[in-house]
Amino acid sequence: MKKSSAEKGPAKKSPAKKAPAKTSASDFYRLRLYIAGQTPNSIAAIANLKRICEDKLKGKYRIEVVDLLEKPQLAKGDQIIAIPTLVRRLPPPVKKIIGNLSKTESVIVGLDLQPER
Amino acid sequence: MPRAKPKVVRTSLAKAPTGIQGLDEVTGGGLPKGRVTLVCGRAGCGKSLLAMEFLVHGAVRYGESGVFMDFEETEEKLTANVASLGFDLPELVKRKKLFVDYVLIDRSQIEESGEYNLDGLFIRLAHAVKAIKAKRVVLDSVEALFSGIADSAILRSELRRLFRWLEDQKLTAVVTGEAGTNTLTRHGLEEYIADCVISLDHRVTEQISTRRLRVVKYRGTSHGTDEYPFLIGEEGISVVPITSLALTHKALTDRVSTGIPALDEMMEGKGFFRGSSVLVTGTAGTGKSSLAANFTRAACARGEICLYFTFEESPSQILRNMRSVGLDLERWVKKGLLHFNAMRPTSTGLEGHLAVIHKLITQLRPNVVVIDPITNLVPASGSYDVKSMLVRLVDFLKVEQITSMFTNLTFAGDPQERTAAAVSSLMDTWIVLRDSKPNGRPRRELYVLKSRGMAHSREARELIVSKRGLELGIVLKDHPQATTVEGPSAVPGAE
Repeated sequence: MKKSSAEKGPAKKSPAKKAPAKTSASDFYRLRLYIAGQTPNSIAAIANLKRICEDKLKGKYRIEVVDLLEKPQLAKGDQIIAIPTLVRRLPPPVKKIIGNLSKTESVIVGLDLQPER
Repeated sequence: MPRAKPKVVRTSLAKAPTGIQGLDEVTGGGLPKGRVTLVCGRAGCGKSLLAMEFLVHGAVRYGESGVFMDFEETEEKLTANVASLGFDLPELVKRKKLFVDYVLIDRSQIEESGEYNLDGLFIRLAHAVKAIKAKRVVLDSVEALFSGIADSAILRSELRRLFRWLEDQKLTAVVTGEAGTNTLTRHGLEEYIADCVISLDHRVTEQISTRRLRVVKYRGTSHGTDEYPFLIGEEGISVVPITSLALTHKALTDRVSTGIPALDEMMEGKGFFRGSSVLVTGTAGTGKSSLAANFTRAACARGEICLYFTFEESPSQILRNMRSVGLDLERWVKKGLLHFNAMRPTSTGLEGHLAVIHKLITQLRPNVVVIDPITNLVPASGSYDVKSMLVRLVDFLKVEQITSMFTNLTFAGDPQERTAAAVSSLMDTWIVLRDSKPNGRPRRELYVLKSRGMAHSREARELIVSKRGLELGIVLKDHPQATTVEGPSAVPGAE
């Protein structure tokens, strides 16, 4: 599916760029939000996260909400101690943000939310 | 038997026994049950081991399973600590006696955005407690949270909430904290933990390491403010629970033979007071160890248990040397009445030696203890620390009604000048050995410089050491320190 090579001459080698417009796994964000019951911070985090994702990732994401009150044993895997905690599971590397995500800029920076080109 | 115990005020405060030797005595029963205890100290002082021992004994001896929240990435260290106590960590976990949760916070991985709390930690802890129905909890060490969580206001308020939660759940908890420079702990945890604070210290002075434990605070219990020496040994931590309290030991009136009939004669015909402390000083080769060994032999022959601490010669050397002067100590070793314990004086600080001595005495319950020699244990500088440890040792021996003999090497000159005042003032009896060469013929000399509470002879006698053992010979009229009066002096032995 290399569209670029059909359009121009020999493609200029640019090590920083990957093949453009490829639907690769590196575009897709899998995010997991850990909460502990429907507390104000947790509700705010969910709302903030949805808004930011819609804005920046335009559908290329999946949010999973894990309520530790229901599944306490899941806290260990991602080493959760703060609530809420957002974990970017994909693309690697794993990144974490703690808090209700009210500071949008921090979320964008923390999750490195520029989809790869 | 009267025993110097730290004073304990009996209140309704229940205690959770730690099972750590000496610590339950020092705290009057253990840590406050259902409350949080803070254990603080610098790295390497033994906090994690103490906390782990508290859990392991709790689970194995007192039927209280425990949760260990480890914040420092030390799975190997924990397994090793448990192994050093004689247990296998994975097995204890399998049997649901212990639950270990490794909580790792990598600050470089974490960004903060908005408000949060530490419910995640609470949930993990509650889950662990529920899984094994725990009654004890350890948080080791809370300091790691301070490096992991940027917002210290949130962290502090959550810690307060956590400690309250632990008390609400009626869990007995131990929280470890790193020592601070001006405060007890680096982040001032002692402000939140009101009930009990224990501080551990590990010092290295002149290449000798000493460990001390202090109960800084224990609400509801009148505790000694002393520092107690402790050891980390084969079975974990042992605290030496003796203090230099008031001189309350009872003075005994029984007498014990010195092992040499003629010497007994010099001491009102009866010998030493039982439970007294005897110092034997002299230059090299004057017969101090022989005197001590002979005294030991006589005690064993009476059926008494003797504990001989040797700091210079190995037990086999002593046995061989004493055989050459007609003293068969081996037979008493075989009968289980004589026990040797050999150590290098520099192997540990005086507190370390004290701890070993205390431990063995508690195990073997001897009537006689010999320390041969005490020379290198007491540096000439006679610092306050050392003197205080020595006082504790002698005090402890007297309270246990153990007759003790200490040998000390002096160099030529007046023994009263040469021997540290710290040592001689603690001794009830002081025997001085000397050698001289009047008319070219070498001879050994003995005299009793002091012996409290009795009319002892002031004469000097020749000490004869031969294959037949030890005997006293003629009275020496030309001895510089002794008197020339024949027979026991009419003046009671005051110093």
